[in-house]
Amino acid sequence: MDEFFLIVTLAALGVALAAGPIGCVVLWRRMVYFGDTISHASLLGVALALALDLPVFFGVLVMALGISWVVLTAQGRVHHTDTLLGVSAHSALALGLVAVGLGNGSAADLMRYLIGDILSVSWQDVALIWAGGALSVGLVVWRWRALLVSSLDREMAIAHGQNPARESIYFTLALAVLVAVAIKVVGALLITALLIIPAATGRLGARTPERMAVFAAMSGGAAALLGLFASFQFDTPTGPSIVVAALGLLLVSAIGRRVRASFG
Amino acid sequence: MSRPLVNLSGVRLSFDGVQVLHDVDMEIRPSEIVTIVGPNGSGKSSLLKCLIGALVPSSGTVARKIGLKIGYVPQKLSLDAAFPITVGRFLRLRDGTARAYKEIEKRVGIERLVERQLSELSGGQLQRVLLGHALIGQPDLLVLDEASQGLDQPAVAGFYRLIDEVRHEFGCAVLMVSHDLHVVMSASDRVLCLNGHICCEGTPSVVSEAPEYRRLFGLGTEGALALYRHEHDHSHAGVEQDG
Repeated sequence: MDEFFLIVTLAALGVALAAGPIGCVVLWRRMVYFGDTISHASLLGVALALALDLPVFFGVLVMALGISWVVLTAQGRVHHTDTLLGVSAHSALALGLVAVGLGNGSAADLMRYLIGDILSVSWQDVALIWAGGALSVGLVVWRWRALLVSSLDREMAIAHGQNPARESIYFTLALAVLVAVAIKVVGALLITALLIIPAATGRLGARTPERMAVFAAMSGGAAALLGLFASFQFDTPTGPSIVVAALGLLLVSAIGRRVRASFG
Repeated sequence: MSRPLVNLSGVRLSFDGVQVLHDVDMEIRPSEIVTIVGPNGSGKSSLLKCLIGALVPSSGTVARKIGLKIGYVPQKLSLDAAFPITVGRFLRLRDGTARAYKEIEKRVGIERLVERQLSELSGGQLQRVLLGHALIGQPDLLVLDEASQGLDQPAVAGFYRLIDEVRHEFGCAVLMVSHDLHVVMSASDRVLCLNGHICCEGTPSVVSEAPEYRRLFGLGTEGALALYRHEHDHSHAGVEQDG
């Protein structure tokens, strides 16, 4: 197999496989909008990294953690969390766009980080993606039961000896790491889609949270391969093609279930 | 007398300058049933949260016995369609032995539900599953937050009878929060009537006659008390089985 093709495939697979289980937890904890905020803030991280000549991964991670901290400490003070996330998600995006522009970024640069530029990944990026993905999933697997319990009921979790605030920090960290490694592959605008859509597919037919996470990883992986293939075949942008493939899988699974239910 | 499981003394709680609780002194002793009743906004849930450690009081102390094991039964779970989980898996989110899970499933009558999705259960079934979840690990104190909400009268009566039975078998104390006065009161050793502070306290019959309690709930009405007596001397065994 062509080395370039191998690099690209491994990069896409690494991100998609990790995004599946992480996306499930995002759904359970109703953090979809929070995911948007983190991924939009990552653009600001890109601008920061470019300005200071730091690795993009590092800049994005710092910004993602920074905005999470702001949201987690400010929530419930004056504004509803939803309001807060709406403000921060879109402001982060606007600030990021302005910052990349100020830093002499070209329109092409912008697009690279908005929708991803998987064709530019190197072996080094692949290593970073797999290490980051493993760290992110590892954190979630390590905290798995506590995360599930604290997603179900905060008071129950506390009474039974858990610490939901701590779990929320662990999970935010896992999410930030994943976003930081995913930005090169799918871009700031579509990271949330890669988290949510395979998780929604995984939900269909899953009877336990563990199964849902495994199904999500599988359907994310399949979407990555299909999307890559389609993007080479039809010369379409890779990140969005992967997301479209994930959507296709979701629709096919949902319709398949409906058909089976009415004929079975 | 044995040491209390939990002791609250001089507890005051305020949010943004609004006082929710003040001068709350109470304790829970081993194997007694205590019920906190109070109208909406009386600070019941806040008191419960202070007690289990989910809220830190603005002043005063909450002392829990060292190594105290609490079993908590929430009103409901923030469970939505996105979360697939079977009853069996839900129980196993807590640490226990295979035998303990089986015994609890049998005790609260949910053996036939273990493969069912939590989101598909009726109100009564869900309450029994939540009770089973809380009982794993042999708690010293069972805490129930408005556990009877959404259940009809026979279901509530059945559920409270179950709680009364398991507290004898497990030897645990029970703390309930409720505005569902009639059934709860008949099962309680002690009732605390809350309205920002504890305005009266005693056995169910003492509290139901107390002027503070009557003023708070507007129980000049014979109807409500009659209902209480009605529940007290009827048996509804078997009615609730399938919730």
